[in-house]
Amino acid sequence: MTLVAVALLAVGTYAFRLAGPLLHGRFQPSADMRRLLSVGAAVLLVALLATAALTQGQGFAGWARPAGVLTAAVLAWRKAPFMVIVAAAALTTALLRLAGVP
Amino acid sequence: MRSLYRTYDPRLLRDVAMVCLADGVIGASFGAITVAGGLPAWLPVVMSLVVFAGAAQFSAVGVLLAGGSPLAAAATGLLLNTRTVPFSLALTDSLGSGRAARMLGAHLITDETAAFALAEDDPARRRTTFRLSGLTLFITWNLGVLAGSLVGTALGDPGALGLDAAYPAVLLALTVPALRDPRTRRAVLTGAALALAATPFLPPGLPVLLALAGVLTAGRPS
Repeated sequence: MTLVAVALLAVGTYAFRLAGPLLHGRFQPSADMRRLLSVGAAVLLVALLATAALTQGQGFAGWARPAGVLTAAVLAWRKAPFMVIVAAAALTTALLRLAGVP
Repeated sequence: MRSLYRTYDPRLLRDVAMVCLADGVIGASFGAITVAGGLPAWLPVVMSLVVFAGAAQFSAVGVLLAGGSPLAAAATGLLLNTRTVPFSLALTDSLGSGRAARMLGAHLITDETAAFALAEDDPARRRTTFRLSGLTLFITWNLGVLAGSLVGTALGDPGALGLDAAYPAVLLALTVPALRDPRTRRAVLTGAALALAATPFLPPGLPVLLALAGVLTAGRPS
């Protein structure tokens, strides 16, 4: 079943990428449309990270995981390197779990 | 290497190398998180070769790990990848010389390669820049994913290691630059609130798609 997801995603993505060669010169998206696409991408990514940070199944994920993600948020806002952001999130969550926080 | 230095600006080579290194690390996290989350090791490797779009891959896997259907996973990834359409339209002539080369080159369109190529004004330089950044990024991304998948298989309990916090942290690191724009931030916060509020009531994968309604609150640029 996961193979279906990979196949659909691969075929659709390639179709998007062929837009230029296939529509050559016949269509250019407006500035408004390009802006809408970039805002839409940010909305999807943050909705994903918010639900992944706070929920497990259809309930609350516990405090350890959102605490780790909050650490990452502070570091990301302060422009820390990528590896530092990700490692700090995992480390915070792991330490809290070690201390008994669910 | 000497011939490379003659053809390409050393600063471009350095920038491409930096981006490759960063994306290799992101690829390794993608492989490790996917496998540690319980999905088979072939999945991240095959997906990276045929999809080759980091954010979409992370999102599709995130939906699958949350128990969402393959359809919801593919839809989320595809919505993210709609942004390759304007890149493809802008880069058509840089994708390669001749129809077949352009069809192949199209697979290498990503945020990063589009940024590198569009920064060049001269058409010939734009084409060589696209090819250089596209091929090196494709190789390092997939090697990173392969390495991460192998490591992920060897890791222990993902919960004890805090790896479930690593996935949202990766998405956060990727989106924070866009959040510095206040209009985007408003849309993003509305969307995230909608998705969280809907999670107890909707099947996995759908709350994230519902979040797209947040785009309506972005308003128009003044």
